[in-house]
Amino acid sequence: MNFDKELDARGLSCPLPILKTKKALNDLASGQVLKVVATDPGSVKDMQAFANQTGNPLLSTAEENKDFVFFLKKK
Amino acid sequence: MENQPKKMAIIASKGTLDMAYPPLILATTAAALGYEVQIFFTFYGLQLLRRDLSHIKISPLANPAMPMPVPMPVMVSMLPGMESMATMMMKQKIKKHGVASLDELRSLCLEADVKLIACQMTIDLFEFDKSEFIDGIDYGGAATFLEFAGQADITLFI
Repeated sequence: MNFDKELDARGLSCPLPILKTKKALNDLASGQVLKVVATDPGSVKDMQAFANQTGNPLLSTAEENKDFVFFLKKK
Repeated sequence: MENQPKKMAIIASKGTLDMAYPPLILATTAAALGYEVQIFFTFYGLQLLRRDLSHIKISPLANPAMPMPVPMPVMVSMLPGMESMATMMMKQKIKKHGVASLDELRSLCLEADVKLIACQMTIDLFEFDKSEFIDGIDYGGAATFLEFAGQADITLFI
């Protein structure tokens, strides 16, 4: 998937992955895509909740090796 | 219909390392999710507003729920140095597992416009000086806070 920015949130525990995601999204223009890589298993549900609450759609969630890869679109 | 942002009010009354995390983590997370958040720091919670947070400790004494590497009788928990050791071990764990430090969480609160309010009564009670606390905080009393808390969707006492 194409993305405009990548955020490396590996090794960070709740709530840092979504806090950093929020910050990274602030810098994007509407419609741009953010890729987030995290290792915290809790981040899977957190990202979904974040997407639901803030209206920035979560395009996909995948697990690659030990990482969780998320693609979010800025609304 | 326009969605009004939800509000969360937290009363932070504790000043130990383990109890410092819940208000700050909940506040930063709620702010990231679009909540308007206010935290009222009262009694020992005021310690979390000090300029230097390195003094925040955790005691193994009378903390039977604290996971310990080895079983620890109370008689040992009270020995000199045990509190510093428990604090040091906890801080090491926090760093090792990528959990944010208190400083980082507090900075994130301020960045996210979480309103931090220091209880004026407690300051007077313990004769603290405003210069001991960080900038960017408000000073207030229970009535002021209750005005916000009364409209909040989530109100927590920690």
